[in-house]
Amino acid sequence: MRRTRIPALLLSTLALAGLLAGCGSSNDNSSKTNQGSTSGSTAAALPAATLNGSGSTFQQPFDEQVIQAFQGKHSGVVINYGGGGSGKGRTDLQGGIVDFAGTDATVSAAEAPKYKGAYLYFPTVAAPITVSYHLSGVEGLQLSPATIALIFERKIKAWNAAEIAADNPGVKLPSTAITVAHRSDSSGTTSNFTNFLKMAAPADWTLDAGSTVNWPADEQAGNGNSGVAQIIGGTNGAIGYVDFSDAKAANLTWAKIKNKAGQYVDATLEGASAALAGVTVNPDLTYNPLWADGDTAYPITSPTWILVYQNQSDHAKGTALKAFLSYIYSDGQGMAAGINYAQLSDAIKQQAMAQLDKLVIPA
Amino acid sequence: MIAAPSTTRPPEAVLPEAGLPGAVGKGPLHQGSRLADQTFRWMCLASGLLVLVVLGLILFSTTKEALPAFRHEGLGFVTSTNWNPATGHFGALAFIYGTLVVSAIALVIAVPVSIGLALFMTELAPPRLRTPVTYIIDLLAAIPSVVYGLWGILVFGPQILKLYTALSSALRGVPLLGTVTGGPAGRSIMTAGIILAVMITPIVTSISKEVFATVPRDQKEAAWGLGATRFEMIRGSVLPYSRGGLVGAVMLGLGRAMGETIAVALVIGSSPAVTAHLFGPGDAMASVVANQFGEATGTHRAALIGLGVVLFVMTVLVNLLARRITGRAEHRLAGGKR
Repeated sequence: MRRTRIPALLLSTLALAGLLAGCGSSNDNSSKTNQGSTSGSTAAALPAATLNGSGSTFQQPFDEQVIQAFQGKHSGVVINYGGGGSGKGRTDLQGGIVDFAGTDATVSAAEAPKYKGAYLYFPTVAAPITVSYHLSGVEGLQLSPATIALIFERKIKAWNAAEIAADNPGVKLPSTAITVAHRSDSSGTTSNFTNFLKMAAPADWTLDAGSTVNWPADEQAGNGNSGVAQIIGGTNGAIGYVDFSDAKAANLTWAKIKNKAGQYVDATLEGASAALAGVTVNPDLTYNPLWADGDTAYPITSPTWILVYQNQSDHAKGTALKAFLSYIYSDGQGMAAGINYAQLSDAIKQQAMAQLDKLVIPA
Repeated sequence: MIAAPSTTRPPEAVLPEAGLPGAVGKGPLHQGSRLADQTFRWMCLASGLLVLVVLGLILFSTTKEALPAFRHEGLGFVTSTNWNPATGHFGALAFIYGTLVVSAIALVIAVPVSIGLALFMTELAPPRLRTPVTYIIDLLAAIPSVVYGLWGILVFGPQILKLYTALSSALRGVPLLGTVTGGPAGRSIMTAGIILAVMITPIVTSISKEVFATVPRDQKEAAWGLGATRFEMIRGSVLPYSRGGLVGAVMLGLGRAMGETIAVALVIGSSPAVTAHLFGPGDAMASVVANQFGEATGTHRAALIGLGVVLFVMTVLVNLLARRITGRAEHRLAGGKR
């Protein structure tokens, strides 16, 4: 008995150690963010503070990048951004669990009374949502919003359908069956994509808009942008909506989408910036860049904001938060393109910086 | 064991300090142990009550949080299949159905395999094989469920889809089987059931093994003595004696299957429909909560918490049912023997 038990125990310990090592390595990225704070060189006059945020996973890679750089400059400040989804971020802010929330959607009228005081929107970046597809032999596909609506409602089931052919004159389309991929989890990406269809193809889109909609049953569902990208990459004939950076990372091809001006526009950061330039910004800095005006505007562009309370309760935290937000509008914007986000337009940036003065910080 | 008395000596050395001349030998020691007894009893009682309190608080706070959704939907929450957060409809029947079907598939696959494995380990395997096999099965239980899920969507799903598609086209038009195998997809109710079966096999196996180990030797030897073959011995004395315990093992597996979240969320396909197409996508309660909670607000959030309440109630019912079945089986067994 004893002789067999020892190797077996060793084996299971080794397996456990392997598991732990696996976990450890995945943590490396996040721990680096914290290390940056200790190696900070320029000690500005910010009081020591820890800021906690949660919410939108869409803006998370951008936030992490900016946080790392910001902590490098201000050694006393630690900022944690937990992700979890826009809805979670807003609920956390209502409960006072976090100091700021990342959100891809604006606060609904029903939700507004739950906040402990006035809140401010600070737009951070934007990015295109691609309609990616996998169809061997076909590149440079063009799609109009109505065709996309019909495809995602399963009213068109083959790639050589008349509607797709009409969008793509002169292109030889195969009769491959269409596989539609959508998100299995609730997502701001789904919300923006369905809102776009609701605005751009009101006659054909019947599923309404939201972070989860009632998709037809014969579609595939993937978890996260990467899950949808994986379905598209692995299935000939598949189509789905994937955010720009994940589509790029998965090497997908995506369609040019017909915008409000009637032009087919490729999903690029320039196209997203063009959409922001043509948009009307409300006084509270909310805006809707979907289905925007402008010849070069990409029509499926997601906005995202950081939501904070106007009246801050803590001097150190409030000061750090203000410095962090203003950093997003200075150096932060320059980091956007490198990680596949579109910068804000100058007009929005000016307005946001002016709004920083509205933050009330106790002495 | 011989060394044991010497370890009890130090307390005796403390005796003079206690200053109780009348208390010779065991007195104070006895008192001390009575105090320990009392403390131990209160600690146990507190732990027991704590579990109940925690359960009660969970049920209370989740029900409270879910009330807006229950009010909004009424009985429709468990009888309607229309789950559409975009339009404010929250009928969870499709998810209840999904949870039950996926768990049933998992049990149908896992229970025979687990009982077979347990019998192999207790009755058939040569002793030097038993330990390694036990360790391997226990290791299955140590794999995080998200790893099962990822394996399901990246490796298992695409491979098994070929089998689904073949079966589906072969059985098209056959009355019942044709429906069951229709609309095949890699991420489906069946895939989720198979993955769950792998996940619950370790727990069912190890409990079954413990149950088989309690079968009295004389029962088995009586069977041998009557000239029974190994199979007859297992059928005639091991299985009847273990029935109650086996039901318990299966119910524990079922509990795990019903509550499993992330592996199911990844592979089930997330389609809110009550469907007979077991090879097509469906959805289960726990996975809906995991998938939608991050972006949910208002009634949608309340409805997701409501799913938790329904799942909680279902799990309690399953456990009570299991207890009843086990109790009855044991009672009958005891009655038969004495």
